[in-house]
Amino acid sequence: MKVKQLSVFLENKTGRLNDVTKILAKANINMRAFSVADSSDFGILRMLVDDTEKAKEELRNNGFAVSVTDIIGIKMANKPGTLNKILDILAEAKVYIEYMYAYSDSDKAITAIKPDDMEKAIKVIEENHITTL
Amino acid sequence: MIWNEKAECMSRDERMQLQGERLKKVLERVYFNCEPYRKRMQEAGVMPGDINTIEDIVKLPFTSKKDLRDYYPLGLLSSPMSEIVRVHASSGTTGKPIVVGYTRNDLSIWKEVGARCLSAYGLGKNDVVQVSYGYGLFTGGLGAHGAVETIGGTVVPMSSGNTEKQILMMHDLGVKALCCTPSYALHLAECIERSGIPRSEFQLKVGIFGAEPWTEEMRREIEHRLGIKAYDIYGLTEIMGPGVGYECNLQHGTHLNEDHFYPEIINPETGEHVKPGEKGELVFTTLTKEGMPLIRFRTRDLTYLNYDKCECGRTLVRMAKIMGRTDDMLIIRGVNVFPSQIESVILETAEFEPHFFITVDRVNNTDTFEIKVEVKEQYYTDDINGMIKLQKLLAHKIQSVVGLQPTIRLVEPRSLQRSEGKEKRVLDKRVFNN
Repeated sequence: MKVKQLSVFLENKTGRLNDVTKILAKANINMRAFSVADSSDFGILRMLVDDTEKAKEELRNNGFAVSVTDIIGIKMANKPGTLNKILDILAEAKVYIEYMYAYSDSDKAITAIKPDDMEKAIKVIEENHITTL
Repeated sequence: MIWNEKAECMSRDERMQLQGERLKKVLERVYFNCEPYRKRMQEAGVMPGDINTIEDIVKLPFTSKKDLRDYYPLGLLSSPMSEIVRVHASSGTTGKPIVVGYTRNDLSIWKEVGARCLSAYGLGKNDVVQVSYGYGLFTGGLGAHGAVETIGGTVVPMSSGNTEKQILMMHDLGVKALCCTPSYALHLAECIERSGIPRSEFQLKVGIFGAEPWTEEMRREIEHRLGIKAYDIYGLTEIMGPGVGYECNLQHGTHLNEDHFYPEIINPETGEHVKPGEKGELVFTTLTKEGMPLIRFRTRDLTYLNYDKCECGRTLVRMAKIMGRTDDMLIIRGVNVFPSQIESVILETAEFEPHFFITVDRVNNTDTFEIKVEVKEQYYTDDINGMIKLQKLLAHKIQSVVGLQPTIRLVEPRSLQRSEGKEKRVLDKRVFNN
């Protein structure tokens, strides 16, 4: 259920994101999902990769500030209304979502969620039989 | 240990007597051997014979940095070139460098005062000292080098740069003391941490740092990261180089070798002495130099003096840490800002690395004030609001100290330049725009 997410601090300058993807490509690491949160002068790249430890090491060796956070990966059918249903359940249980991002692939969709209260979120998800990664 | 007990511990009266005698002698030397000094004294209506005690020094005109530039390179020598055995020069970030000449006797005095410093740091003939100040025109390298040889220690003449080799030598030779700029010490600390070599494998116990102003917070940071006791060594090219002053183990100020370099504190605007203990501009007169003695040289360093006898037994006057220079003060939107203030705040804030870069510019007739900082590795997170909070925290802290809110820019780890000599931490673009 819990998935390790990598966050990389990036200054807002041209080519910085490319540097990250280049390092990952070279190390043969696959990105499964990612998002960028940004302020006026820096951004935080958050991503799920197939080999978190290796990616962390490669990026750190190249001078990037990398942190690892637990998030929840939810798996669902890629059709209208499924995400809404899950979000309703979480909202009703008063699980606050700090941020989230998603990707879909043919019949499946995956949502990465960072809840404010991890234990509570896990409990709600289990009770409602929501499928996770 | 006290290297020269007689000179360092004599009573104030005895020392003032000595200073007066030496002042008379040095005035005769400059008056009869250096035309610019002779002219200036004549203009001021003062002859060497008018000076009888050290207190008479106030009758003499000042010497400024500009004088040294105007008489570049060696127009202020008071000895013939045949007596000059070495020259040094200041780094000269603006305009021409300042060149100084030393006679053989000047070099032996330099070694003597340098030996006083190293003894005060507890070093002696059994100790290995790594000199990582630059060797060359800069006084740091050769100055510290001479001091180590004088106490009979073993000098490792590394000069600056090549950090990997610095760490290798420090480790393999069991170096006990490191001498460099405080900013380079931090850089070395960072590189040692990254090298993965455990600190227990190093013999390093003592840091000898100078050549740029540093704060108490920076001292604590260096001591913590290198596991050493860090001492200030004070000096300036125009007066001698490192060895003009030093901290004893009590570290309540920097003892000045005032039997050779006579200090005064003046109000930089009026040129008058400030009240004892009050802050002002430091002025030095070299009492024993032959090559290029300077009379009432205005250093532009801001500090104050404490004449109380130190518990270490020395009677040499103590100088407070340099609080900035009259010429590195930035005036931003009419507010006086010293880079040392910014450094203090950053060092007090645990989340940030001790490196920063200030950029001042003028956009639409308003000054902009930006500070780039690095967050310590463990404080970079996935939480953008948390990062923005860090930015705001630092901006507020700096505002409360300097009275002006800066724009804080967070930059990636190790992206700010680490200097190997004197750190350049300010860019004032307004100078170029005018």
